[in-house]
Amino acid sequence: MEILTYLIPVSLLLGGIGLAAFFWALKTKQFDDPTGDANRILTKDWDDKPKP
Amino acid sequence: MTATLEPKAFEDVEYASVSACPACAAAPSAARIAQLSMPDHARLMLSLPAAHCAACISTVEQALAATPGVQSSRVNLTLKRVSVDADAAVTADQLISVLAGVGYEAHELDAGLLSATETDRQGRELLMRLGVAFFSMMNVMLLSVAVWSGAEGITRDLFHWISGAIAIPTVLFSGQPFFKSAWAGVKVGRLGMDFPISLALVLASGISIFETWNSGVHAYFDAAVMLCFFLLLGRYLDHRTRAVARSAAEELAALEVPRTVVLVDGAEVTRAISEIAVGDLVLVRPGGRMPVDGVVVDGTSEVDRSLLTGESLPVFAGPDMVVSAGEVNLTGPLTLRVTAAGKDSSLHRMADLVAVAESAKTKYTTLAERAASWYSPIVHLLSFGAFGFWMWKTGGDLRYAVNISAATLIITCPCALGLAVPAVVTSASGRLFRKGLLIKHGTALERLAQVDTVVFDKTGTLTMGAPEVTNLADHPRAAVEVAAALASASSHPLAIALADASRKAGIQPAQVDALREVPGYGVEGLWRGQAVRLGRASWCDADEAAMTATYLCAGEGSARAFTFTDRLRPGAEAAIAELIAQGKTIRLISGDTEGAVAALANRLGITDWASGALPAEKAALVRDLTLQGRHVLMVGDGLNDTAALAAAHVSISPASALDAARAASDIVLLGQDMAAIGDATRISGQTKRRILQNFGLSALYNVIAVPLALTGFATPLAAALAMSLSSITVSLNSLRLK
Repeated sequence: MEILTYLIPVSLLLGGIGLAAFFWALKTKQFDDPTGDANRILTKDWDDKPKP
Repeated sequence: MTATLEPKAFEDVEYASVSACPACAAAPSAARIAQLSMPDHARLMLSLPAAHCAACISTVEQALAATPGVQSSRVNLTLKRVSVDADAAVTADQLISVLAGVGYEAHELDAGLLSATETDRQGRELLMRLGVAFFSMMNVMLLSVAVWSGAEGITRDLFHWISGAIAIPTVLFSGQPFFKSAWAGVKVGRLGMDFPISLALVLASGISIFETWNSGVHAYFDAAVMLCFFLLLGRYLDHRTRAVARSAAEELAALEVPRTVVLVDGAEVTRAISEIAVGDLVLVRPGGRMPVDGVVVDGTSEVDRSLLTGESLPVFAGPDMVVSAGEVNLTGPLTLRVTAAGKDSSLHRMADLVAVAESAKTKYTTLAERAASWYSPIVHLLSFGAFGFWMWKTGGDLRYAVNISAATLIITCPCALGLAVPAVVTSASGRLFRKGLLIKHGTALERLAQVDTVVFDKTGTLTMGAPEVTNLADHPRAAVEVAAALASASSHPLAIALADASRKAGIQPAQVDALREVPGYGVEGLWRGQAVRLGRASWCDADEAAMTATYLCAGEGSARAFTFTDRLRPGAEAAIAELIAQGKTIRLISGDTEGAVAALANRLGITDWASGALPAEKAALVRDLTLQGRHVLMVGDGLNDTAALAAAHVSISPASALDAARAASDIVLLGQDMAAIGDATRISGQTKRRILQNFGLSALYNVIAVPLALTGFATPLAAALAMSLSSITVSLNSLRLK
């Protein structure tokens, strides 16, 4: 059962990373235009080089 | 949100361009100060109603990027807007013509009105609480599974402690909206749905800490966070529906950028309507809407009063005539002396009337409120009853009794009930939005489901306010040729309709020279050396016909009358047929003349109609019907309908309506097509049925789970199962809407 002392912190850490990523996405306004983002992935405009 | 711009920067640019000229020659230093304070770029915002796909994004963004002066642009497809960062010199009109060039209709949006930051902040806050609750729920669930599958002794205690360390901060953070609203309710002496929720959260956390401390078997940490998550989900859906409606309503308001042309010492200056004072001279161009009440000092024209009175026939306007805000100028430029502006104008006074009518409207109790009003007492009684019974039964075992009463509260907690209404409303209003209906008011769908009588306005609602020639074939070809030639010289709606109709009939306009438009009267010219006129009856020495008509006099004795009817709004026939099929009573009430109303009523098969109605009569009709116990849906667009819209049980107005009418109505028809109204009443009926079904479903879960809780057999596992199963069933049931 000693393994729990590693596994529980690891699982919490992984969950925490997800939560932090969610906060970051929220803060950088990535939920403002879900329809647009879903469609933007289909455009080929910046396939060759990144948008300046 | 990207669409939120710095309104201040926008205003600066506005001022800079307004103060740009007459002053800068006189005071160069002022111009320099303006230049220094002027930001080197501005954010413009345009509405793009037609954007819908990936290709639209690229086309629009590339077209804008190729425009000189534009630094960057971004399309928001969810809101159908594009925000543009550009040099201060770039104006919205330039961008609109660029977009028109690539095939997209665009409208300027008043950036100041779109400061939706408050709603946005609330939404983001809710989403963050939801995210935290989700994280905790998943982690605590992971630990709980171990406990449920038989962890014992020190391992179970350890898991309980860790769960508690995650759950308690989560409940404190994510539960805040419930605690706040429960506290606000308690302060005014009202127990809403939030009170049992808060009580369950507090009690579940408290009892779990106590049990963990004493190495107990049952801890409800997972139930507490799961409760938080599902209830926040309902809260978030509810918020989002309202935010979408609000932002679209703001967009409608922002479409009318309130500027007007004022004459200052003979020079034309563009000003915001709020800055206009009584006594100013205002210039209204043909096609423009009167921004203020005033008296005509110069110019002759015809004005369209249909939005104010419902008359479909334009009225002559000349010097000394009184015009009111909201009327549309048709043919010639008019100069007005302002008699009342802003808050004192007749438009605003009407809006005040609406506010009074709205506040007098009896408050509608929603299904959710009604459910909460019998639900809360039952839950509390059950819980306290269980506490009392087990205290007596066990001879004063406080810990056991509190455990049972907490389990009862948790199991009966309205998880599914909290989702029951928002999930259905979200799904229904999304569906209606795609059909072109914007639900402005949260309870509008529920109220729409009760409607049994529909009252329609005519001009601008059932008809487009755009005329159509009816008797082109009755006239000889030569006369039509001359009329077409004269009509093509004018932008009067009747003239445009006449020119269109003759073009469609394949008739070439005759050669008419010296064409001249006489604003307010008509068009005249020379045809084969003879003076010909097309215009008002009095100008042609003709007898006025009973219906809308324009007259041609080409020296053949009596004048020829071209008669018009108002064009029907697309989908009007379908909507009325559908409403009749649903068994609703249809009435038509209009401010227009008897002939015009009778013709339309016949065409649509409406037997119950009234003409020449004053605004007060419309409102009185709606009130009478309400007193007879009917639930009235009012559909109207004009200022004369506003009082009736506000008095009705539920109301719909088209997007072309005056903003006062749109503000008074619960639902706005975004597109031209009216057939969506039939769908709306059908979907609202379904919505109500689904909501009731959802209540039934969650009640069913309670009927099974409550006896378990009361008898002390409810484990945290049973609570978790009941909660998640009922929430999922309710959500799935909501998605069944068609």
